[in-house]
Amino acid sequence: MKRKHLLGLQDATREEIETWLETADAMREVLARPIKKTPALRGQSVCTLFFEPSTRTRASFEMAAKTMSADTSSLTVAASSVSKGETLKDTLLTLAAMGAKCFVIRHSSSGAPELAASYSGKFGFDFSVVNAGDGQHEHPTQGLLDMMTMREHKGQIEGLNVCIIGDLLHSRVARSNVFGLLTMGANLTLCGPHTLLPQEFSAMNVKMTTNADEAVEGADVVMTLRLQNERMNGAYLPSVREFARLYGINAQRLKRAKPDAILMHPGPINRGVEISDEVADGAQSVILNQVTNGVAVRMAVLYHLLGGNEGNE
Amino acid sequence: MTEPKTLLEASDIARALKRVAHEIIERNRGLENVVLVGIRTRGVPLAQRIAAYLNDIEDVEVPVGTLDIALHRDDFHLRTSAPKMSQIRFDVSEKTVVLVDDVLFTGRTIRAALDALNDYGRPRAVQLAVLIDRGHRELPIRADFVGKNTPTAREESVQVCLDESDGDDEVLLLTEE
Repeated sequence: MKRKHLLGLQDATREEIETWLETADAMREVLARPIKKTPALRGQSVCTLFFEPSTRTRASFEMAAKTMSADTSSLTVAASSVSKGETLKDTLLTLAAMGAKCFVIRHSSSGAPELAASYSGKFGFDFSVVNAGDGQHEHPTQGLLDMMTMREHKGQIEGLNVCIIGDLLHSRVARSNVFGLLTMGANLTLCGPHTLLPQEFSAMNVKMTTNADEAVEGADVVMTLRLQNERMNGAYLPSVREFARLYGINAQRLKRAKPDAILMHPGPINRGVEISDEVADGAQSVILNQVTNGVAVRMAVLYHLLGGNEGNE
Repeated sequence: MTEPKTLLEASDIARALKRVAHEIIERNRGLENVVLVGIRTRGVPLAQRIAAYLNDIEDVEVPVGTLDIALHRDDFHLRTSAPKMSQIRFDVSEKTVVLVDDVLFTGRTIRAALDALNDYGRPRAVQLAVLIDRGHRELPIRADFVGKNTPTAREESVQVCLDESDGDDEVLLLTEE
């Protein structure tokens, strides 16, 4: 794989996605060994730069890097010179000058990781950039770990009926999943209230509906998205209770999906809003499985970006 | 490239592996606590065949595992294949592990395999079985069981074809000009 950065799944080929997923399966086996450590990225330095809060993404990137013996450092932005007004560019170049070879970036502005990647090779430093979520744009490793989880439970992605339900307008998770799943040949249904269902998606090969019961009907995979606090108070919804009633996934609504359907959520979950307690903790829920797969997928991504894999097989 | 030379035919491979199976039994005075681990990719079918011969001879089912060493290579930056799934479903601690590979050359694959194996536990002993030993070691590593010793030139390459992966059993010596 020749790729230097992972900024989104929009431009990822099917072959690339398959390579990441296959490698991630091998990485999951590594994580099941009594000693979870391989020397594959020894001497490489990975720096996480999170301009937004995160629990699972940041922790899993760090665990992924450490499992492969990379050195990790993480910049807590609030306690850094960024709070004194240092720009993204100067922050990156400063860390690159200390030897960082890979930046994992989360930022509230869409496109920040792309901007960061554009500095690589220009000021005497060469580095890789991984997008760990940028604004309302993409969150590619989440898309990959979701596809890994679907493949694990359903065997393959091609032909699966996947329903994504909730706040699609603000969701970078949804966008990465839509790009990735379409590339892999899944049948997609997107569902949410008019205010949160962007019409841009209608140009793609997806079904769109505002009726949740209809959307869930016959699904192999039901993916519900976090309704972010700030949306609850915005002018997008009449009330959270109404959203929960019309678009929340509960046992009754989940029955419309196939009996062996899996229920996914990128976390953190709002219990009682987009997902009810009984299904979040139910037999069809694979939410914690997604978290476990997150480490394996991020190992695979770092391995291929930093490993210089020239494909000798 | 000149015409490839056949080092081993299908019947030679079968005889060599059968002998290796006998030697494993002889060396370990039976098969108690012996397990096989094939190194991906061609070590895996070889390990399975040796296990079948062991079963024929001693009527013992020896566990067979699969080890991928891509993550443990020291030439990671030069050329690596994407890591594949390893599968060792038994505890290797206090076992005698017989590593199985197709060709022993520089010894670097085996070094990586020894490292990888340690992540699964601490074997009582590790032995090495290879179909071909072609020389040119770069590390202090030797095989315990060898199907065929074949002196080669460094620039030559040995190609092991197996029914399971290549549709046919043979070992070829290729010379690049």
